[in-house]
Amino acid sequence: MTAADVTSVSEIDELRSQKTFIEKSADMFRKQPLGAVGFFVVLAMIIMAIFANYLAPYDPTLNDFAAMLIAPGADYWLGTDQFGRDIMSRLIYGARTALFVGFAASFVGATCGLVLGVMSAYFGGTFDLIFQRIMDVFMSFPLIIMALAIVSIFGPSTQNVIIAITIPFIPRCARVVRSNALAIREIPYVDAARALGFGHARIILRHMAPNVMAPFLIMLTSFVGQAILTEASLSYLGLGVQEPTPAWGLMLQGGAEEYIESEPWIAIFPGVAISLAVFGFNLFGDSVRDVLDPRLRTQ
Amino acid sequence: MKPSIKLAIAMGAGAAFTLGAVATASAAPKRGGMLNIVVGSKIPSYDGHRETTFGMIHPIRPFYSLLIRVNPDNPQSTSDFVCDICSNFTKSSDGKTYVFKIRENVKFHDGTPLTSQDVKATWHKLIFPPKGIASSRKAFYGMVESVEATGKYEVTFKLKYATGGFIPALATPFNFIYSKKDLDTHGYKWHMKNINGTGAFTFVQHQPGAFVEGKRYANYHLKGEDGKNKPYLDGYKAISAPKMAIRLQAIRGDRAQIEFRAFPPKARDDLKKALGDKITVQESDWNCVMGFSSNQKLKKFQDVRTRQALTLGLDRWGGSKYLSKIAIVKTVGGTVFPNHSLAAKKEELLKLKGYNPDMAANQAEAKKLLAAAGMAGASVELLNRAVDQPYKVVGTWMLGQWKKLGLKTTQIVLPTGPWYAKFRKKKDQETMIDFNCQGVVNPLIDASKWLSNDIASNNYANYQDRQLDKWYDQMNRTGDEAEAYSIMRKYEKRIVDEKAHYAVSFWWYKINPYRSYVKGWNIAPSHYLNQSLDQVWLDK
Repeated sequence: MTAADVTSVSEIDELRSQKTFIEKSADMFRKQPLGAVGFFVVLAMIIMAIFANYLAPYDPTLNDFAAMLIAPGADYWLGTDQFGRDIMSRLIYGARTALFVGFAASFVGATCGLVLGVMSAYFGGTFDLIFQRIMDVFMSFPLIIMALAIVSIFGPSTQNVIIAITIPFIPRCARVVRSNALAIREIPYVDAARALGFGHARIILRHMAPNVMAPFLIMLTSFVGQAILTEASLSYLGLGVQEPTPAWGLMLQGGAEEYIESEPWIAIFPGVAISLAVFGFNLFGDSVRDVLDPRLRTQ
Repeated sequence: MKPSIKLAIAMGAGAAFTLGAVATASAAPKRGGMLNIVVGSKIPSYDGHRETTFGMIHPIRPFYSLLIRVNPDNPQSTSDFVCDICSNFTKSSDGKTYVFKIRENVKFHDGTPLTSQDVKATWHKLIFPPKGIASSRKAFYGMVESVEATGKYEVTFKLKYATGGFIPALATPFNFIYSKKDLDTHGYKWHMKNINGTGAFTFVQHQPGAFVEGKRYANYHLKGEDGKNKPYLDGYKAISAPKMAIRLQAIRGDRAQIEFRAFPPKARDDLKKALGDKITVQESDWNCVMGFSSNQKLKKFQDVRTRQALTLGLDRWGGSKYLSKIAIVKTVGGTVFPNHSLAAKKEELLKLKGYNPDMAANQAEAKKLLAAAGMAGASVELLNRAVDQPYKVVGTWMLGQWKKLGLKTTQIVLPTGPWYAKFRKKKDQETMIDFNCQGVVNPLIDASKWLSNDIASNNYANYQDRQLDKWYDQMNRTGDEAEAYSIMRKYEKRIVDEKAHYAVSFWWYKINPYRSYVKGWNIAPSHYLNQSLDQVWLDK
């Protein structure tokens, strides 16, 4: 048997061992069953958000006083609220609001954190020292308190809610990314890039940032759940999304106080939706961490 | 059973019921006990002359007296006023001079006897305050020329012109009588943080954010039905509870007996369902009008057709039917309190734009007007207050109504402070939930809201309409009610129809469920009125 034959046999073995996407996914779901649950919850939310126009049986903002406060039944599966609006339709459209706020705040917050964290590690010295103290100040406030303060300043609206949730995410991501980037900064290829005369921006964005993608993705997925919960909390407090926009926290606020005894479905279903979404994103985020974190992968 | 026996039983039952009712109605008030009331707002200061909120009135009013007040036994009347610290008053034949005789047995809580000098000093502070001293209702008294102490126990008000608006304005519940000695000694701001009145209760303590406590004032000047001095209660506690659910549960759990503002219909029904006849409910139209105004500083609302279209889009009659089940609004009306003699009759209302029950016709006309004004399918933003009842409920309803006209609607909801700042300082709102809440029902004065914005500080639509200013002046200066009624119709039509400066949606509706053993309190058409607590007693 020649060397060439050996190569061809190993290639054939490799080809044989290659699995389809479905097989790989099945493997991953077997290893991470809770992650799979989370994934399907997230997937369901995404489908609801994208196809809300087709899935929702009624206009979510249409006041129909002839149908006010109807209990769950054949016509309205999850009942109606005090304005006669179909709760199921509002939940489906609410997924759009939740995901929009969740993804926008998480993506912008985590991305800003990524760039700032790598910058801080790359420049080091006084810049790093001052920058980290600023991050300390931001991180000393709990997420919800910080978001409340920001919304109070800018006023309640969907855009301002996104800003309010994004800002507290930045230092949280920057801190984690920086610790990873500190190690990467010492690797010779960074010195090599510097020796070749590349600018700071190129080194940070092209050479260092891609190597801290694992913690970035972990932070990103965990932020989505937090962002959804914070948006719901702000809306519940009347500082987030405003009527008549369908949003889960807002639905809970509208129903919890006055109708919880006599028409509990108004509050229960949005509450369940919020819990499920956060639960789903957290499970999914944990699995992503388990897969991407090398220390956990080797255990 | 023979018909005669049935009749006898029926007559017997009827007699028993009647006697029971009479016995209940004439039951002698009992003395003693503490009344716990829950208050859904904070106390900005103790100074009634300065403040405008029930958050101050409910806990603080029992410490003070007024010159005259609405009759606590008949507060629903819009013309029944009785003396408080006065013993009687007379009006001159030309209607321009009022002489008030002051009771000689009134003492402040610090022991100082009350004289006409105290009344004069109080009313000077209210009507002619020095620069830098806030008097929130100073504008009510534009007709007053002078207030003089014409005897130790006599005060004379001289008016520039006779008007039916004067006596109701005098009975405003914020007009606490202060001691001249306190004003002279401590200055005009002392009452913001200190209390010394002649009311039925004396101040015990205020735990900020928790409660205000008062105890019975033994030397109160009014006598009870038993011939002894009022009040009947040993004291009261006004407990601060901003969340409605907490106020509701406090009454349900008998930790508080009453809330004087109002609960929504759902809360009333829940309480009645849970506690049956242990809960008594009083309901009334409320001297608060809710509607919307469009900011005429903005170009898109300068076209009257746009404003008319927005008012045409509101299904007032249908909305009243349904919203009255979930919010503290009910009666469809014009700019005058519905039960008042100056209010429009239903047939007059129906002729105004937006009051026609045929909504298909209204919506068709509105769409035409919007198209003609270049506003078809335009976006409209509603500024609202972050208070559920009734602001957010009515706001959400309005947006739904405008959506039917093809408009793209959004809502900005702000907490009270920023909400006021937006339309009082920035003045950049598009449309806003706009209201006119007053105490004593006094349409001649209450209608000042719709004067030009350089006259009325609460004109948030930012227009100037000199015709309205002229009619308002005429209304106030005529002593003839028929003429006032006629001018009021023209005034109202111009506001809600011809110029559509303001759109009335509904009048608020006051619902007060409370523990049935609380007696002697009668609901008034305002949450500011009838809060002296001197006539309240506990049947325990």
